[in-house]
Amino acid sequence: MGEAKCAIRCSGITKTFGSVVANDGIELNVDYGEILALLGENGSGKTTLMNMISGIYHPDKGQIYVSGEPVSISSPVDAQELGIGMIHQHFKLVEVFSAMENIVLGTPGKLPGKKALRQQVEQLCANYGLEIDPEKPVYEMSVSEKQTVEILKVLYRGAKILILDEPTAVLTPQETDKLFAILRQMKAKGCAIIIITHKLNEVLAISDRVTILRKGKSVGSVFTSGVDAAKLTEMMVGHAVSLAIRRPEPKDVHTILKVVDLTVNKPDGSKGLDDVSFHIHSGEILGVAGVAGSGQKELCEAIAGLLPVQKGAVLYKKENILGKTPEQIIDLGISMSFVPEDRLGMGLVAGMGMTDNMLLKSYRQGKGPFVDRAPARQLAKKLVEKLSIVTPGIETPVRLMSGGNVQKVLLGREIESNPNLLITAYPVRGLDINSSYLIYDLLNQQKEKGVAVMFIGEDLDVLLELCDRILVLCHGKVTGLVDAKAVTKEQIGLMMTGEMTEEAKKREAEEA
Amino acid sequence: MTTAKTRKEPLFHVVKHAERSTKQMIGFRLLAVALSIVAGGLFILAIGYNPIAVYGTILEGAFRSKMAIQATVKLTIPLCICALGVTLAFKMKFWNIGGEGQLIMGAVFASYFALYHSDWNHWVLVVVMLLAGMVGGGLWGLLPAVFKMKWGTNETLLTLMLNYIALHLVSYLQAGPWRDPGANGFSKIARFDKNAGLDKVLGVHFGWIIMLVLVAGVWIYLKRSKQGYEISVVGESQDTARYAGINVKKVVLRTMFLSGAIAGIAGVCQAAGSDMTLSMGVAGGIGFTAIIVAWLCQLNPGMILVVSFLFSILEKGSSVVQSTYGLSSDCADVLQGIILFFILGSEFFVRYAFVGRGRKGGAK
Repeated sequence: MGEAKCAIRCSGITKTFGSVVANDGIELNVDYGEILALLGENGSGKTTLMNMISGIYHPDKGQIYVSGEPVSISSPVDAQELGIGMIHQHFKLVEVFSAMENIVLGTPGKLPGKKALRQQVEQLCANYGLEIDPEKPVYEMSVSEKQTVEILKVLYRGAKILILDEPTAVLTPQETDKLFAILRQMKAKGCAIIIITHKLNEVLAISDRVTILRKGKSVGSVFTSGVDAAKLTEMMVGHAVSLAIRRPEPKDVHTILKVVDLTVNKPDGSKGLDDVSFHIHSGEILGVAGVAGSGQKELCEAIAGLLPVQKGAVLYKKENILGKTPEQIIDLGISMSFVPEDRLGMGLVAGMGMTDNMLLKSYRQGKGPFVDRAPARQLAKKLVEKLSIVTPGIETPVRLMSGGNVQKVLLGREIESNPNLLITAYPVRGLDINSSYLIYDLLNQQKEKGVAVMFIGEDLDVLLELCDRILVLCHGKVTGLVDAKAVTKEQIGLMMTGEMTEEAKKREAEEA
Repeated sequence: MTTAKTRKEPLFHVVKHAERSTKQMIGFRLLAVALSIVAGGLFILAIGYNPIAVYGTILEGAFRSKMAIQATVKLTIPLCICALGVTLAFKMKFWNIGGEGQLIMGAVFASYFALYHSDWNHWVLVVVMLLAGMVGGGLWGLLPAVFKMKWGTNETLLTLMLNYIALHLVSYLQAGPWRDPGANGFSKIARFDKNAGLDKVLGVHFGWIIMLVLVAGVWIYLKRSKQGYEISVVGESQDTARYAGINVKKVVLRTMFLSGAIAGIAGVCQAAGSDMTLSMGVAGGIGFTAIIVAWLCQLNPGMILVVSFLFSILEKGSSVVQSTYGLSSDCADVLQGIILFFILGSEFFVRYAFVGRGRKGGAK
């Protein structure tokens, strides 16, 4: 391999945190004009490795070479000077600043004038095929726009080596395609790109080569053209895994929840949900698809009694539950678990251990002013065993647990409350393959028990395989309610952007 | 490792440390206390005194006689109780900086009965005074909570400003309606009748029993009760609390009333136990010191009792140092500051570790 071509080479990188070996003798290299996918399960050391390349951590052992030169990267500034830019999973932007203000923030030297800056940003956009309004404030941006700003930020600093940490986790299929087009353009311009992900289809679609990490070790690098999803999974997990999702036939079907003309305003006064009507059967999984922010959150919160409703009705077993307090709704057997972007925000108390989190919805049970922790402790132990949750102890604060385990705790608790209706939003957000399939299994078990499951998801492939019917939302409106077995990914993608099905159109016309 | 380096590696890295064991944490804090004593000693040396003698005088001053010990305990009572009060609010992440004002209002409400109903049966009067103190402090704590829930005001500013309103209310009372006519024109409130004073148990007014009961009570309330659980959840995340069906508004109002009420009890103890009157100095900064105590103890009631006592030793001892050596009271404040600096500074080392250039790997 020519030294001039080689952008980054890591040799024998080792990093330990206390007694935990996060990276163990890792070998990795990426050339200019190449896209390398870094694949691995949660906790396999992907992020730690990238943090060392971008100067956040320092390796204990091993050497990093940039453009063939051995370097020591002590800070993000060093990384920047070497032309390395990292785009983090959680955006690091100042909300009240405009796109270009964020882009220029923290660069050394005199700030260019507003006009000159605008020109520079526009030039940069044109070069790489990016689209952004340089004056738009970040708080008005969609997730994908924010990501564009993050990319521009590192390009503005002259980065030729880009690291993207799970960039597609927050994007729609269309936005993902757009991002990939941009990445390809960068590659054509000679950039080296490392993309961290665990979505296999994306690895296959975008990368030239894949380096796989397992438990802190690099288990190999392969050319993407020579592998398939099954082979990659096997390398990642260490043994062969079936990628098919089970979909048992619904039985004993009857309507359990009926939503009629539900209209909800967002806090800013715009419509979060607009005349949404649908019903859920017991014993089925109803998928909800839509671009992020299409009303999924409002739908969950309205049913759970957390949001005031402008219009409409939510009939649970023929009883209108609107106006009931969240506590009463919980008592009816409606369970809602929403996994937000930060995975912890709602549903779990980050600073509490598993035991206290088990109590969250049940602490009121039992007489007297005191909390009885014994059953919660037992439940926590049971979940640890049943779902093979990895934690130092049931009193360890959940914020110290890994994402997959946190989600198992959340979903496990909801399921143990024996709900009749289980609403779960993004339960596999950021999870690795093994954990995701465990969650799908749990949902299927609930379905077979006769529970009505509402599954709000991001990954259309999963929605199509797991759900019985799919409800598509766009700007708070229902643009389709389709049989998952008789629809394609492209059709759903279109509905997500506002194209209505014939049926939905007819209904709209009838109402008008 | 003999690789070439194009750039110099920094002298050390600051690395976030994994959670340390309780034993290590206690070790760190003890070390911090030891270091602060050394640094304080250097300070005393620098101003020309013998540190060992001065430290000796502090301890001796706090413990030299039965009376001295009683005086130290008397200082502990309002500080500890007030710290317990603000702890409730802090657990909820409600930044109650108004312990001072709530303490004063508790004293004011109780003083009304002490001044104008001193003819009541002693026990009825004492109980009524305690209850009035709780109501006074509680309402003073409730006020900023209501504002916050209704209009989203900033509780830090509001509780802070209410301190001064309470203080000047006392100033108004002693100059106006409650002025002691027998004070030869001095603007002060009359001494309470003996009937309105808290009885002494083992030489100290029985506020210390209330203090011990409150330490246990607050501990049980926070750790074991449903309401205490609600406070923790609301403190961690209001969204999660709403999701779990907790009435956040109710919890905030209730907790702030309780927080103020406990501070109010401290006010009653101070006015009817120690001072036997109501004066501008009834709180004397206790409400602010209580905040420091609460945080130093990481909101642990048992620790609050211990640390309040230690603070009181320093306070009592320093006053003796003042009279023996003629050291100004500011020197005592400097010593307190040094101790706080080291202990709060040690928190950084509990969470982070320095990794030197030579020594690679996560330092234990």
